[in-house]
Amino acid sequence: MYAQMVKSTGEGVKSRDEMSPEEAAFQDRIDQDIKIEPKDWMPEGYRKTLIRQIGQHAHSEIVGQLPEGNWITRAPTLERKAILLAKVQDEAGHGLYLYCAAETLGVSRDELTEDLLSGRMKYSSIFNYPTLNWADMGAVGWLVDGAAIMNQVPLQRTSFGPYSRAMIRICKEESFHQRQGYDIMMKMAQGTEAQKKMAQDALNRTWYPALMMFGPSDKDSVHSAQSLAWKIKIDTNDELRQRFVDQTVPQAEYLGLTIPDENLKWNDEKGGYDFSQPDWEEFFDVVRGNGPCNVDRLAARNKAWDDGAWVRDGLLAHAEKRAARKTAAE
Amino acid sequence: MSALFEFCLRMGDNTLVLGHRVSEWCGHAPVLEEDIALANTALDLIGQTQLWLGLAAEVQGEGKSADDLAFLRDAWDFRNALLCELPNGDFGQTLMRQYLFDEWHCMMLNALRSSTEKRVSDIADKAIKEASYHLERSRDTVIGLGDGTTESHARMQAALDYLYPYVGELFVADGHDEAATKAGIAPDLASLRDGYDAALSATMAAAMLTIPDDKFAHKGGRTGRMHTEHLGHMLTQMQWLQRAYPGASW
Repeated sequence: MYAQMVKSTGEGVKSRDEMSPEEAAFQDRIDQDIKIEPKDWMPEGYRKTLIRQIGQHAHSEIVGQLPEGNWITRAPTLERKAILLAKVQDEAGHGLYLYCAAETLGVSRDELTEDLLSGRMKYSSIFNYPTLNWADMGAVGWLVDGAAIMNQVPLQRTSFGPYSRAMIRICKEESFHQRQGYDIMMKMAQGTEAQKKMAQDALNRTWYPALMMFGPSDKDSVHSAQSLAWKIKIDTNDELRQRFVDQTVPQAEYLGLTIPDENLKWNDEKGGYDFSQPDWEEFFDVVRGNGPCNVDRLAARNKAWDDGAWVRDGLLAHAEKRAARKTAAE
Repeated sequence: MSALFEFCLRMGDNTLVLGHRVSEWCGHAPVLEEDIALANTALDLIGQTQLWLGLAAEVQGEGKSADDLAFLRDAWDFRNALLCELPNGDFGQTLMRQYLFDEWHCMMLNALRSSTEKRVSDIADKAIKEASYHLERSRDTVIGLGDGTTESHARMQAALDYLYPYVGELFVADGHDEAATKAGIAPDLASLRDGYDAALSATMAAAMLTIPDDKFAHKGGRTGRMHTEHLGHMLTQMQWLQRAYPGASW
């Protein structure tokens, strides 16, 4: 998932006594793992939270094309170029399924797009970091898609049917993305001195932004508590981050690369690694729009949308003319 | 060099250079469906490049790979039609360029299915499925935008006016083409022209667009005699990693 700090109702989770009969019946279905479908009754807060979360995820897929698109024209072999194209195409496709899932909740793709372009809605902080050398294509697949999978696998069981089904499709493709990323890293780490330097540089820059993808610790967040109760969210941010670190450290060791964290150490007692937290000040700066690429990313999306207006208008006008001609002929 | 080698380069350089151009759109298309379609088109073209340049390298017999041919030749060794290397311009120009190429590409691939060279007919059999889809989409889009709003019509007419002088090169044979035709590898290029013109007229009529009267044709890409200034810039980007770090494996 590429959603962070998704706001819920802003209130605590209601106790059974506080719920209306409809709300209680709804919560019973969630607790019994029965999927909620678009036409079912749902609390307004559930609907709004899902729109925020699915919308943010969809926007992340769309903006996420840009850092990888940055290297498609410089991919070093035909095969790498083809793989990267296939991956970016998948991402645009993920955006499409997710917008469709959001549409079942009564919000149109155009409305969500307007919210992205105006900056009212966010996308994942990770895509506000630059891709500076070819190994970044490896690091993005390995770490960024790796972190996304960590979040998305449990979301296949999320309570809202269309979202869960979209996740099942997306997860299949994401695991291919992660493997191709790791494959790039492997080539680079086993390559020339210059390639090793690129690989380590990419890891150094991507590590902490990847840890930020899970969002800040949510142990005190009312939003997270409500999302967990509604099974919009399945695990806490800290659980997922720990799982990600535990999975990734041996992979980095296998590559012969060094994770840029002096405090990284196996902890027998907890059965996981101790590790440094990312710089949360930096995270909040990025979320507020001050990341290295925020302005450029949003400008690129706005330009694509504005420059494309005549195309959308033209095709719409043609469809209308054709329909009118058909009616006239009948 | 053999006629087969030259022929494979001409096919493979067309798809490489056009595939690269289309890939420049990534993330910047007017609507999400177009981002997907453009990436898909670029992906197909790059896949076909692997086949054509792979066969070229095999025929050449110097132990080179498709990647060596794509990333380590300079502009004067490229054999793509000039049409393929022209800049994307706006979305209309990109789709018009695609349509003008796709119409030729499908006719060519269809003819190549009966090539006497089995390795060529095998590639054509595979590529025609993809190219037919590209043609269906580019034709529909050209018609849709030509017969859309006043603005979209004007932009499509401008795109056609700009690109049409690059169409003729696709049908002009030189000694290598004649040798390939004689060997039964490829059709006579001039024989494709009537069918192409008929298809173009039908599409442009549906799109309410006017085909320029002047049949002047820019040439020099397929023979390598003179490319446009645009190709060199594309190669600086495409070939940069291979050139900056020679011998590395990616």
